[in-house]
Amino acid sequence: MGSAPSLPAWEIRNLAHTTGFTSEQIEILHRRFLHLTDGKATMSKDCFDNIPDLESNPIKSRIVNAFFDQRNLGLQSYGTVDEITFENFLTTLSFFQHMDENHTKEDLEYYKTEKLQFLFRMYDTNGDGKITLEELREIIDDLLSKTSNTEKTSSSIADAAMMEAANTCGGQMEPDQQYDGITFNDFLQIMQDIKIESKMHVRFLNMDTSAICK
Amino acid sequence: MYSRFCLLSLLLGCLIQLSLCSDTAVSVQGEQDHEQGNTTAKGRSGESRNKSSKAFPVVTVDFAHVRSPFVVALWILLASVLKLGFHFFPKLSSVVPESCLLVCVGLIVGGLLKTVGETPPILRADVFFFYLLPPIILDAGYFLPVRPFTENLGTILCFAVIGTLWNAAFVGVGLYAVCQIKGSGLEKITLLPNLLFGSIISAVDPVAVLAVFEEIHINELLHILVFGESLLNDAVTVVLYHLLEEYSYAPHIGAKEVILGILSFFVVALGGIFVGVFYGIIAAFTSRFTSRLRVIEPLFVFLYSYMAYLCSEIFHLSGIMALIACGVVMRPYVEANISHKSHTTIKYFLKMWSSVSETLIFIFLGVSTLAGEHHWDWIFISCTLIFCLIGRILGVLGLTFILNKFRIVKLTPKDQFIISYGGLRGAIAFSLGYLLNEKFPRILFLTAIITIIFFTVFVQGMTIRPLVELLAVKKKQDSRRSINEEIHTQFLDHLLTGIEDVCGHYGHHHWKDKLNRFNKKYIKKCLITGERSKEPQLIAFYHKMEMKNAIEMVASGGLPKFPSSVSMQTPRRRSTLSERLLPTLTKEREEEVRKILRENLQKTRQRLRSYNRHTLIADPYEDQWKQMLLKRQRLRSTDQRVSVLLTVPTSGRESPPGMKSGIESDTMYFEPRDPASDMPMITIDLATPPSKESTDTQNKDGEDKGIVFAANESGSPSQRVQRFLSDPGPDHESDDHLQS
Repeated sequence: MGSAPSLPAWEIRNLAHTTGFTSEQIEILHRRFLHLTDGKATMSKDCFDNIPDLESNPIKSRIVNAFFDQRNLGLQSYGTVDEITFENFLTTLSFFQHMDENHTKEDLEYYKTEKLQFLFRMYDTNGDGKITLEELREIIDDLLSKTSNTEKTSSSIADAAMMEAANTCGGQMEPDQQYDGITFNDFLQIMQDIKIESKMHVRFLNMDTSAICK
Repeated sequence: MYSRFCLLSLLLGCLIQLSLCSDTAVSVQGEQDHEQGNTTAKGRSGESRNKSSKAFPVVTVDFAHVRSPFVVALWILLASVLKLGFHFFPKLSSVVPESCLLVCVGLIVGGLLKTVGETPPILRADVFFFYLLPPIILDAGYFLPVRPFTENLGTILCFAVIGTLWNAAFVGVGLYAVCQIKGSGLEKITLLPNLLFGSIISAVDPVAVLAVFEEIHINELLHILVFGESLLNDAVTVVLYHLLEEYSYAPHIGAKEVILGILSFFVVALGGIFVGVFYGIIAAFTSRFTSRLRVIEPLFVFLYSYMAYLCSEIFHLSGIMALIACGVVMRPYVEANISHKSHTTIKYFLKMWSSVSETLIFIFLGVSTLAGEHHWDWIFISCTLIFCLIGRILGVLGLTFILNKFRIVKLTPKDQFIISYGGLRGAIAFSLGYLLNEKFPRILFLTAIITIIFFTVFVQGMTIRPLVELLAVKKKQDSRRSINEEIHTQFLDHLLTGIEDVCGHYGHHHWKDKLNRFNKKYIKKCLITGERSKEPQLIAFYHKMEMKNAIEMVASGGLPKFPSSVSMQTPRRRSTLSERLLPTLTKEREEEVRKILRENLQKTRQRLRSYNRHTLIADPYEDQWKQMLLKRQRLRSTDQRVSVLLTVPTSGRESPPGMKSGIESDTMYFEPRDPASDMPMITIDLATPPSKESTDTQNKDGEDKGIVFAANESGSPSQRVQRFLSDPGPDHESDDHLQS
């Protein structure tokens, strides 16, 4: 791999402060970043093709898009950027940190909402703030990996899921209202029963094992 | 009041019969040999009978030759009636857990038998290990919630292995120290017997844990931790027990023996698991071919598991781990292959057997207490109790302190308290003690074991429920798994795996994903019949859910409620959800549908089948079906909108069996033996509407294709027929509501 340019210490401290990773984790991730980008300072979408394990992942394109989604990077607008820096890379990964109980209750609530926002954005591909039936169907198609004969089933699964969501969340609607899609608040309500946010974390290592893994 | 009286009299009858049996058995015993001598003599010289002047006995009483099965059946009957009886005294059963009541009853029965002058039967170790224990463990293993178990596997293993070793060492060494005190009279008991005793008493018992924890409905994490520990520590117990017993004969214990001991632990544990997995795979493979003979499907499940248990007992491997491994491995594949009825049968048989076993175990514990001799030694027994409790608490505290450094979801002190308090000892300890060689102070040990068991069952069992309330420990949440949850959980799994791949380290999710993919690619193809092997998990889950909803719907005889908030107006914008979900029916469509329903119903009544003892005959669901139809027609006539639509395949056999979620030859309303016969069939296909064909061909041939409710979406190109049997929504007071 050769010698990778390491980050200056002040930058590491800065990043640690903003993203919440420890300095060892940042160094390891930096090395990984450089490995993926082949030494360049910014990452583009096809850098992710270097990861062979990711190819077999059914939601690979969504994951890749999530890294490039402007909303995840703190920008308010909708759309994707073409290149991301290491800081952007870290920002996206920081959504998967584990929040232990050392933080205050408000902090925990905030982080939980942030994680769920990230997840919501992955579902809501067109950015209109609602998960519509079409988007839900696309998700299910992805999950089923488009095996044979699943089109009709996937749409009925999507319908059933939307129906359930409507049942749980749409209780306050007028009789004439249509249930358009799952808004973020509805999403929060659904997720509250499932407690997904407690599972949404990845263990970031403090030791470098990237030599062993690809 | 009357029912209680009946129950009590029944109970009394059983008890009296029992004592009489044993009584007559004794008195008959003497005569029996005499009689046998007579009959053989008579048989040998048949002609002598003719010559003798004895009249032909019209009525004979020969209890001796039915004695064994009679007594066994009577005991089981007694146990079951007792269990039934407890529910008539709700105040009692809410305070005292069932296990305590059963032990008390056992004590009473034992006392009764003793006063009659009869020796009460002792819980024999082979009866316990071969007949009473396997159903309970199989029930636990087959229905083990695999996901929380694997998520907490590290913690469970730590508690099972390290915790049990620590407990055994602590109790053994502590008791040895106590025995060395001059004047206690126990100096004869050296270190080794004490360690052996420690190893017997330190194992948390799955039967006791199940019995107590079932009733307190504690949250899933704690339940799986304590229960998993009680299952996995069997390997440790087996190894320690055999090891220490062997060592007691060996003159010298050196490093070699210790290493061999550690090695034997791995052999026992892994060997047990291997045997279990082996039999599980064979069972899954066998179930692939049982589509022609559905009736004996449950038998395969039970037999293969029992064989796994027995095989591992041959080699002195851990039978419990074999059973658990067999059940866990077998379950996903077998459930994909067997019919719905077999699945229900397996579930209920397992529950029934394990319930009966548990009851018998506790009753016999009570009876055995009065059966054997006892050697009560205050010092020894009280010290045992103290050391057990303290050892457990210290062990749990120490281990959680270390484990919390590695766990994501930390164990709070409340959790730790419940885990340490839930370390109940039970019948396994008793049986192991019973098997001890005479050279150990067996009677003393047995007395101590019984005391500990009584203490844990009574004191800890009774107080754990109020303690759980007091500490406000999180209870089990009774949530149904919804389709949303399944979708999001799967999505999250893939997402986390992807993130791990991006970060470049092989974590927990990576390996799980690899295993799943390996499973899907190779294993499922071998072990699951036909098309089901390719069915993705989400679809399988969806079918299962729809099936459950359908059954519930028929059982309730009506229609599920739907929230009025979802609009059911005539379709305005085609792309909206509501329009596609709940289309309206025009009047002529309704009439058409009604006609089809009538026709179909008549056809099914004309079915005639020859009676065959081995087939599962179709059900009286038809009555409910008819009522449901009538209700639906009534509803329609009051101008309410239909919201339930059933889909049907156009021709019963054409749609791939993969879409039928295991009910292909076993639908709710019919049992088709061979599809080629032109028996009319009602099949309910879940969620595969071949939309275009359904409405066209429903009336075409005389052949009954099934029930079709067609929806009219005016103008929409594909006549979608869909089925929505999702959960009834929250209660609404509006009148758009359908009454069910």
